[in-house]
Amino acid sequence: MFRGKLFGVFIAVFLVFLYAPTLLLPIFAFNDSSIVSFPLKGFTTEWFGVLRDTKPLHVAAKNSLFIALTSAFLATILGTLAARVASRYKFPGKQAAIGFIMVPMVLPEIIIGVSLLVVIIQMGMSLSLWSIILGHVLICTPFCIAILNGAFMNLDQSLEEASFDLGHSKLKTFWLITIPLVMPGLVSSMLISFTISLDEFIIAFFLAGTEPTLPVYIWGQLRFPAKLPSLMALGTILLVLSLFLLGLAEFFRRRGVKRTGQMNSGGFL
Amino acid sequence: MIAKLNSWRKSESAQGVFLLSPTFLFAVALLAAPLIMVLSLSFWTQNYLDLDKTFTLANYKTAWGEPIYQTLMARSLKISLFVTAVTVLLAFPVAYYVSFRVRPEKKALWIFLITIPFWTSYLMRIFLWKVILGYNGVVNGSLLATGIIDTPLSFILYNQNAVVLTLGHAWIPFAILPIFVALEKIDRSLLEAAEDLGDGPVRRFMRVTLPLAMPGVMAATVIVFIPTIGDYVTPRLVGGTNGLMISNMIELQFKKANNAPLGAALALSAMFIVSAIAAVFVFANRKYLKGRD
Repeated sequence: MFRGKLFGVFIAVFLVFLYAPTLLLPIFAFNDSSIVSFPLKGFTTEWFGVLRDTKPLHVAAKNSLFIALTSAFLATILGTLAARVASRYKFPGKQAAIGFIMVPMVLPEIIIGVSLLVVIIQMGMSLSLWSIILGHVLICTPFCIAILNGAFMNLDQSLEEASFDLGHSKLKTFWLITIPLVMPGLVSSMLISFTISLDEFIIAFFLAGTEPTLPVYIWGQLRFPAKLPSLMALGTILLVLSLFLLGLAEFFRRRGVKRTGQMNSGGFL
Repeated sequence: MIAKLNSWRKSESAQGVFLLSPTFLFAVALLAAPLIMVLSLSFWTQNYLDLDKTFTLANYKTAWGEPIYQTLMARSLKISLFVTAVTVLLAFPVAYYVSFRVRPEKKALWIFLITIPFWTSYLMRIFLWKVILGYNGVVNGSLLATGIIDTPLSFILYNQNAVVLTLGHAWIPFAILPIFVALEKIDRSLLEAAEDLGDGPVRRFMRVTLPLAMPGVMAATVIVFIPTIGDYVTPRLVGGTNGLMISNMIELQFKKANNAPLGAALALSAMFIVSAIAAVFVFANRKYLKGRD
């Protein structure tokens, strides 16, 4: 089954399909035309200059950065606790509890956005950057657990036991032995959460009050044809940033795999 | 001795419960509690700025009875089912290729390559499909230039096909990963055994590879089917008026139409229907899950 050259052609066509939008983004970002369509006109960096002079964009970028950094930090802490428990402890109901924590991974994001919106309004609080952070921590934590689970599973328990035997307390062992060993996993988990949060739109759109995030700002601008080329430039910057962060995350994940002496078997999930 | 062991175990599990509680309580506070609140909201009524908190089923009667909501719900289900079918059918050969054709040390790189587009610029990706499929778009441009067509095709954007294509593109990495994991788990000696016993490639695939990959196929189906119903950006950008889905209506009710209780009833109904379909699907294929570790 699935033999021969035809299979290779199919895979090539699939990769073109998969990367088509991603490759078009930088092409239009440098295209010297105010209309985003073919044929291409010429090379320009004008659209990046437009971004530099757009003040509301800078505000949105700062909001997004704050949200993504905070969410990544909080989700990784919550993820570390859960992954540690998943790999090391046994108690009745553990699987169910962890399964419940993982639910946001398959739940439609609109449901999460809507339900958090309802709670925040019902409790008489106003929407702020923190309401988006809560939503993002909720969806990032399962990804952190998936990444950190691998890191904790590969951890050689005898190293921790040796530390106990040599007189260190549990907390000190965790700090001096466990954390350094799973550090690549922690970094990779933070980078992935940061990338998810930076790009997340559906939840942020429901929970953004008067302060937009970057995707919410982009959504507002998509209606104006004149803004499109500069949005392409912005998209290109975000694309390069995401690629850099993902590459870094993958690098740390692999280093973690090497550090614990395991076979490198797959990607993030 | 046994008593001592039990008390040690007890403290060990107590520690586990203690460590898990922050994450668990966070999920309860921000997932379970809000969902319960949405449920109660769906039984209330919006009177302009006030909420009437007397119990009523009126929102559900509207959500399930009025033609516009029935149409949107049926269309959303149809689109989600199509997206799931297309995505899983396309994902399987790709996962198969990576698992069986790619050399072991290159597999991680391939999986990384396949997941990259998923992590980058969600809004921009959807918007660029509009550029690709549009009247003056990439597809029409190349077809015109090569002389395959004389006038631009208009049936490829602003309809349900465009929604299926764009959603499929967004979700395919999520379908490839579980199938790949299932294929990786297959003991290769089983395939050799099938061959030694006289199975040709097709029979071997149907009798050994596919049944063993089914848990991954089922996971992929559920992972794609449930969340696609909740996307309102793709239908809005590439769907045109006939491609709008139930999520666009939910968003409208919560935002501009200011009828959160109806929006809640619609959201929960959609959730209920897709979960029920997913559950029936998993139940119907439960034989493949037997003997899983």
